[in-house]
Amino acid sequence: MNRRWLLAAPLGIAAAAGAGFYAMLARMNEGRFDPRGVPSALLDKPAPVTSLPALDGHQGWTDADLRKGGAPLLVNFFASWCVPCVIEHPQLMTLSRQGVRILGVAYRDKPADSARFLAQRGNPFAGVVSDAEGRASLEWGLYGVPETYLLDGAARVRWRMAGPVTEEILADQLQPLLRRIA
Amino acid sequence: MIPELGHFALALAFAIAVAQAALPLWGAQTRDARLMAAGPALAAGQFLAVLTAFFALMWSYAVSDFSVVNVAENSHSLKPLLYKLTGTWGNHEGSLLLWCTMLAGCGAAVAGFGRGLPTALRARVIGVLGLVAAGFLLFALTTSNPFDRLWPPPDDGRDLNPLLQDPGLAFHPPLLYAGYVGFSVAFAFAVAALIEGRVDAAWGRWVRPWTLAAWSLLTGGIALGSWWAYYELGWGGYWFWDPVENASLLPWLTGTALLHSAIVVEKRDALRIWTVLLAIATFSFSLLGTFLVRSGVLNSVHAFANDPARGLFILVLLALTIGGALALFAWRAPGMAPTGLFAPISREGALVLNNILLCSMAAVVATGTMYPLFADFLFGHKLSVGAPFFNATVLPLAAPLLAAMAVGPVLAWKRARLEEAARRLWPAALVAAAVGLAAGFGWSAVPALGFAGAAWLIGGAVVDIAGRARWSMARLAGIPRAAWGGAVAHAGLGVTVAGIAGMTLAVDRSVLLHPGESAGLGGYDWRLIAVADGRGPNFSLRQARIEVTRSGDHVVTLTPQRRFYPVQRMTTTEAAIHTTGLADIYAVLGEERDGAAVLRLHLNPLAPWIWIGALIMALGGALSLSDRRLRVGAPARRRAALPAGARPA
Repeated sequence: MNRRWLLAAPLGIAAAAGAGFYAMLARMNEGRFDPRGVPSALLDKPAPVTSLPALDGHQGWTDADLRKGGAPLLVNFFASWCVPCVIEHPQLMTLSRQGVRILGVAYRDKPADSARFLAQRGNPFAGVVSDAEGRASLEWGLYGVPETYLLDGAARVRWRMAGPVTEEILADQLQPLLRRIA
Repeated sequence: MIPELGHFALALAFAIAVAQAALPLWGAQTRDARLMAAGPALAAGQFLAVLTAFFALMWSYAVSDFSVVNVAENSHSLKPLLYKLTGTWGNHEGSLLLWCTMLAGCGAAVAGFGRGLPTALRARVIGVLGLVAAGFLLFALTTSNPFDRLWPPPDDGRDLNPLLQDPGLAFHPPLLYAGYVGFSVAFAFAVAALIEGRVDAAWGRWVRPWTLAAWSLLTGGIALGSWWAYYELGWGGYWFWDPVENASLLPWLTGTALLHSAIVVEKRDALRIWTVLLAIATFSFSLLGTFLVRSGVLNSVHAFANDPARGLFILVLLALTIGGALALFAWRAPGMAPTGLFAPISREGALVLNNILLCSMAAVVATGTMYPLFADFLFGHKLSVGAPFFNATVLPLAAPLLAAMAVGPVLAWKRARLEEAARRLWPAALVAAAVGLAAGFGWSAVPALGFAGAAWLIGGAVVDIAGRARWSMARLAGIPRAAWGGAVAHAGLGVTVAGIAGMTLAVDRSVLLHPGESAGLGGYDWRLIAVADGRGPNFSLRQARIEVTRSGDHVVTLTPQRRFYPVQRMTTTEAAIHTTGLADIYAVLGEERDGAAVLRLHLNPLAPWIWIGALIMALGGALSLSDRRLRVGAPARRRAALPAGARPA
């Protein structure tokens, strides 16, 4: 009898996975689940209170910097081990050169690795802090890295990109928004 | 006209596939020789029909027929002809058609090469393949028809992603799909065996060549994809644990396990139920990869136009294929008596260890790939699993696998003695220790262990062959090709491991140089000579000339490029790579400002060995495949009971 159960186990596992995938697809169709993830919990709400240590050897930023007001700013979560972050990086450099303030958060990364990542590819950040334990990610409801938030002058989250900001997204979504908010 | 012909051929192929599924399976059940005999002809007919559809689509690409939606969306009149043709499978609909073509090709291959099989088994294998093909053809026809028309046709197409306009990537999908789809034959054999309720040594021998062929192709496909990422994406890395890469690694891991467990079935008539399960699991993982990529469930840099409705269709298809096979397994497998209790120290014991470790690696990779998805769905946890997780979990499993890999082939079947293995393997151990110690000086432990492991594997393969030859040319010539193939494949993995260990020592540096200035890296002097504009067929480019010298001697002039594709408004980097065989000298051109250019310089020791090793592995598989014993086939079981018309081998 035991053996019979054991040999039925693969079917059970496959059935459970299949049911899971079915539920995911059903909710994706209803728009209730998006694995590429832009849950809007934070949209139009003030940015969460964030206080993290500066990344070793870099200028950090504080919660006050988030709420200074004035021009819109971006908060970008990245990690040296994250491949899409490499795709995104040139766009961040472009924005930085255009004078957009970007605050960086190195997410679950060894500070030395993050620092090397920035040294190799350029540092687009006005300030960069280290979130080694992923504490801030809980507050921000981070989906993964890279992830980018656009904050307006009142420090409200106006836009969120879970995944890399590609050239298209930069041109089609982010730049127009920046022009509108500024 | 041609697209309509293709559409018709596709519909015809579906009809034939339904017949190919129904007639032979029913015939095998009722022992009707005429119905069973219909299978091979139907399989060949289905292949012909799908091939016609495939070439019809390729024709539309070749002549840039923009009245076909698929061509208009994925091609451009200015694209070089090669990339027009390869654009056929650079999109969802076309790649699905390629998938169907290969599946039909597998059915035709079984019809053509499987003449030595018992008629009923062959009929069932062809029937199961027809069943799977019918599902995929229906999927193509109903949700992903590549022949949909567009009226009025646009003046020009929307181009193919420039990242895909590259020879490496152009041929990566066909090879990869051939591997994925090739495992469908092993799957069909497993399902047929479950229907018959018997798995024996002959079954193990029949499954092995199909598995070997699929495995060799998949090995080549994965290697080609990794090589493409290495030189085209310009990140200097070769494996990123991207979900789609993992999805291709899973069937490779279980397929490798299957390859080895089928030997135990053949030689010792043991591990039978397990091998059947592995065959089902391997093809299931191939299908799962397809589902994940095309449904939009997984977030990846590998993009396909995603559509949850399509995802639902694939999911139903998967549920029927995988669920059906596993339900059959749960029903029939308990009826097969477990066989073969054997000593832990023996060839079969080593092969069991190989299976345990490979399947554990597959489980770990599957967990790392799927966990973020399910955690997000079930608990709302947003998290990502990256390289640190995979390195920390896969490497500890890979180390004992490498250690055991050299020992296994020198162990005797049934009962072996470790002292005997140690007596034969000491030269390999000595070489491995020497290499490890030499590498240990100056570098850290991980690369040293990697180099030692590589030397151990290659040394083990040499010892294996030398042990069989025992200083006799006659005996060396008499070694079966299957044994050569195994040794070559093991040594190939050793070469790959050396490459991976070498890459852990890779150095790179970003520099801002004005023309005439130079920078040093890895003992080389890199001088930027000039940066200039240029033009390609459908892009404009910016190219740097970098002269690399070593203590004053000219080594190479590198010309990394940045290309801009105006139609898609997309920039790509073309890394310049010069290989010395022992290292890659690799340069990428970045942004420019104030007359100076940002250059990223890499020195990647032993990098080419990663892909050379994979190629050697695939060649080992091919060598083993060419073994006479596999071609001629096993002595037919139930020889007396063979129905008339079947040719005993």
